[in-house]
Amino acid sequence: MSNIPAELKYATSHEWVRDDGNGIYTVGITEHAQGLLGDMVFVDLPDVGDTFDAGDDIAVAESVKAASDIYAPITGEVVEINEELEDSPELVNSDAFNDGYLFKIKADDASELANLLDAEGYQATIEED
Amino acid sequence: MAEQTILFDKHIEAGAKMVDFHGWDMPINYGSQIEEHHAVRQDAGMFDVSHMTVVDIKGAQAKPFLQKLLANDVAKLTVSGKAMYGGMLNETGGVIDDLITYFISDEYYRLVVNSATRVKDMAWINKQAASFDVAVTELPELSMIAVQGPNAKEKAAKVFSAAQNAALEGIKPFFSVDVDGLFIATTGYTGENGYEIIVPQAQCADLWQQLLDVDVRPCGLGARDTLRLEAGMNLYGLDMDEDVSPLAANMAWTIAWEPSEREFIGRSALVEQKASGTLHKQVGLILEAKGVLRHGQKVVFTDSEGVEQEGVITSGTFSPTLGHSVAIARVPRSIGDVAQVEMRKKFVEVKVVKSGFVRNGKKTF
Repeated sequence: MSNIPAELKYATSHEWVRDDGNGIYTVGITEHAQGLLGDMVFVDLPDVGDTFDAGDDIAVAESVKAASDIYAPITGEVVEINEELEDSPELVNSDAFNDGYLFKIKADDASELANLLDAEGYQATIEED
Repeated sequence: MAEQTILFDKHIEAGAKMVDFHGWDMPINYGSQIEEHHAVRQDAGMFDVSHMTVVDIKGAQAKPFLQKLLANDVAKLTVSGKAMYGGMLNETGGVIDDLITYFISDEYYRLVVNSATRVKDMAWINKQAASFDVAVTELPELSMIAVQGPNAKEKAAKVFSAAQNAALEGIKPFFSVDVDGLFIATTGYTGENGYEIIVPQAQCADLWQQLLDVDVRPCGLGARDTLRLEAGMNLYGLDMDEDVSPLAANMAWTIAWEPSEREFIGRSALVEQKASGTLHKQVGLILEAKGVLRHGQKVVFTDSEGVEQEGVITSGTFSPTLGHSVAIARVPRSIGDVAQVEMRKKFVEVKVVKSGFVRNGKKTF
């Protein structure tokens, strides 16, 4: 069974969101998602300062198997990207919820978080897959 | 319900992630496809290829039958155990399947064909065999393990009997021996040295375990695909199929034109294709920038006459050995040293080389 931390929020498209405080949120893809994609070979990240609406294509996770779009789970501005992924994309596989995070985004409107799933809700969506 | 090979429980024991592969429940990886890939390039890995189909052709007319059935000529095989690769074509010169033929004697040959094409292969072979004095026998009771890598032979030797090792002494590539219940061939699908071992089902799990015990790493279909692609080897259904000429799929070397009176199936169609001047060719593509070339992506270039030309990637992947993407493509023959590939709505520049990127652990371009 996949690990789904209870303190995170989730999108049905398999991104996770962690509240870092001060309106900043860390975003990555779930352990379940990395398992589906297989070994990661490149991660194309946005630039710091770019702004996105919730649901926009924001990054691309390219594994041995497929290129997969990552969607912005909330509207906001990218304030940090995970530079480590440039040389070590496999961090997404080995530590999806921590060192394998993708970027941090400053939310325009924190109320959008309510549109995301909690751990239980996400668990239910992947069981339907 | 997907079929399982006799090694199913061994795969689960080893932590395999199983996927459906043309009706077979097969391991895609045992954790990391890339690590498995490296194991084969640097040490020794093994693959369960029991889903492949072994077919024995026996009878007084075995040789003339196969001379008709196959585009390569079994008459080239004169030493018992020698193997030959080639295509089984339809009347229009498309590839029904690619396969290996082992020569035992003029009245006994063994074919190993793809699993995805098993049903149509058997129907075709049986249909063609009707007018020959031959017996066509599928052998589902046989399993197969491929052991590949620079240390594969040395490790396998620890598992083989003294008689098997004696028979394998000094064996050349593309040969086989049949000793003490194992049919051991120096063939493979990775670009490394090693063996493909045909083993009765009842002994297969034991052989797998013995190979595990001498540190041969189990590898899944994922690594098998990146290895064969690096080696520039075709995958049936992607790089060629019934609508693709072997002449456009880097298989011209497997067509035996001589003797000219040998009327193999598809011959006249191939002659017409050659004369048409419109045949595409297979090339290798290299993308050193970020991104991964994938099956189905469009390849475009401007030829020396200034005309826009278009081809297609038939298979592409990230090459773990090289650290960037490589692909096999089918393109107009006028292609030069560079082309553009449409990837995710953008065009990226790729280098064009001969297909085949890695052999025996080394870059070949």
